[in-house]
Amino acid sequence: MMLLRHLGNYVILLKKIFSWPEKPSVYYKQTVRELENLGVNSIGIIAIISVFMGGVITIQTAYNIENPLLPTYLIGLAARDSILLEFSSTIVALILAGKVGSSIASELGTMSVTEQIDALEIMGINSAGYLILPKIIALMIFAPFLTIMSMIIGIFGGWAAGTFAGVVTTTNYIQGIQFAFIPYYITYSLIKSVIFAFIITTVSAYHGYYTNGGALEVGRSSTRAVVHSSVVILLFNLLLTQLLLS
Amino acid sequence: MIEVRNLNKSFNNTQVLKNISALFERGKANLIIGRSGSGKTVLLKSIIGLHDVDSGDILFEGQCFNIMGLKERNIIRRKFGMLFQGAALFDSLTINENVRFNLDMFTTMSVLEKQKRVDHCLDMVDLENVTHLYPSELSGGMKKRAGIARAVVMHPSYLFCDEPNSGLDPKTANIIDNLIKRITLELNITTVINTHDMNSVIEIGDKVFFIHEGQKWWEGSKEEILSSGNLELDDFVYATELVRKLKEQRD
Repeated sequence: MMLLRHLGNYVILLKKIFSWPEKPSVYYKQTVRELENLGVNSIGIIAIISVFMGGVITIQTAYNIENPLLPTYLIGLAARDSILLEFSSTIVALILAGKVGSSIASELGTMSVTEQIDALEIMGINSAGYLILPKIIALMIFAPFLTIMSMIIGIFGGWAAGTFAGVVTTTNYIQGIQFAFIPYYITYSLIKSVIFAFIITTVSAYHGYYTNGGALEVGRSSTRAVVHSSVVILLFNLLLTQLLLS
Repeated sequence: MIEVRNLNKSFNNTQVLKNISALFERGKANLIIGRSGSGKTVLLKSIIGLHDVDSGDILFEGQCFNIMGLKERNIIRRKFGMLFQGAALFDSLTINENVRFNLDMFTTMSVLEKQKRVDHCLDMVDLENVTHLYPSELSGGMKKRAGIARAVVMHPSYLFCDEPNSGLDPKTANIIDNLIKRITLELNITTVINTHDMNSVIEIGDKVFFIHEGQKWWEGSKEEILSSGNLELDDFVYATELVRKLKEQRD
């Protein structure tokens, strides 16, 4: 029953978000601002996590295929496919759910409890559209860039860690990442990243927008936003994998 | 002019507003007073449409506001100016941007014209030197004054103030009261103020509505309030030792 109520309110909020804006030029400026807040400011954390994850994947794969019958270029291949198929879209989305999701929920939550959202409504502005739509558009635009960046840095991290640890040579690693390459995997990953971006922004915004009370509730909304968007991302990851790869 | 007719509002089967009718006149500071939890904030939020009422009518110049769709409501709302209890300035914008916000959203004025209007409003509330600061860098009184500047920037027909003096020292509260009164007279607007500050009532209350347990208990002028003979109202008005002593002296 509770789930149905949340779903109903979520759909109502989406309808409000996607109604025609009062002044599109103002929304454009807001979107540019959100591109920086949500997208550009996430580059650092995504880069750091990608380089280390690429390295860990490579070393773990190397120690798991210590078999003379298996060629070492498989290390590069396994690292590439793990990064392209799963890591750069899903894991990055989960990291963004933590960073961007909590930021959106706490920002909107604070605006709600300090009556800033009421102030927008009183001015005759569609507060949901004005505050949330630019965030959705910005992250949906920027998420594919973060995904591609994560792919490149992850593969680079794999090479650096693999050669530094001495588990794979540069030639074998490059041979591996070129072997049996399927370009569709990149498309698949990018589609997932855009859908995950929509989930992160809307689920987090939903929790923030309907916050009532004070500072404690803002914190709770922020936590709920991260947990719920992560669960929905994992659920959609399963559905999209079945839909796009089967 | 705003007219409220037989307004009822309840939350979770608890009736907060009980059959309230009132007329808020143009060019006057209309004060809604009452103890905490009496329903005055719910009444104010119902009038401006932040709460949907269970029954009754809210009329702005004869137009029934509460039965309007969101589009029509927003047209009326653009004539509103609102000063919230905590000022509700947008944290991410400077004071200048906060005051200019409505002009950016709803007018086709040039940048220069907008800035001229913003400067005029900030000058009116004596905040011309802090335009570049963010709300977190201002004191409570300055935030309230910036809130007033934002509320009047679009030449509103109606000004609503929710507890304009809460958390302010008596001198700053007096400045805010006089500012609201001056704006009401200069712009000839309908001002509705929600307060439990008796100083405000004595200072600027042209018309006073006393709300008690969700009902309109009494209405009259600031002169009449001191000798109303209403038990609950007297209990509210003469709640402090100082006012009681003043009354005894006067008697």
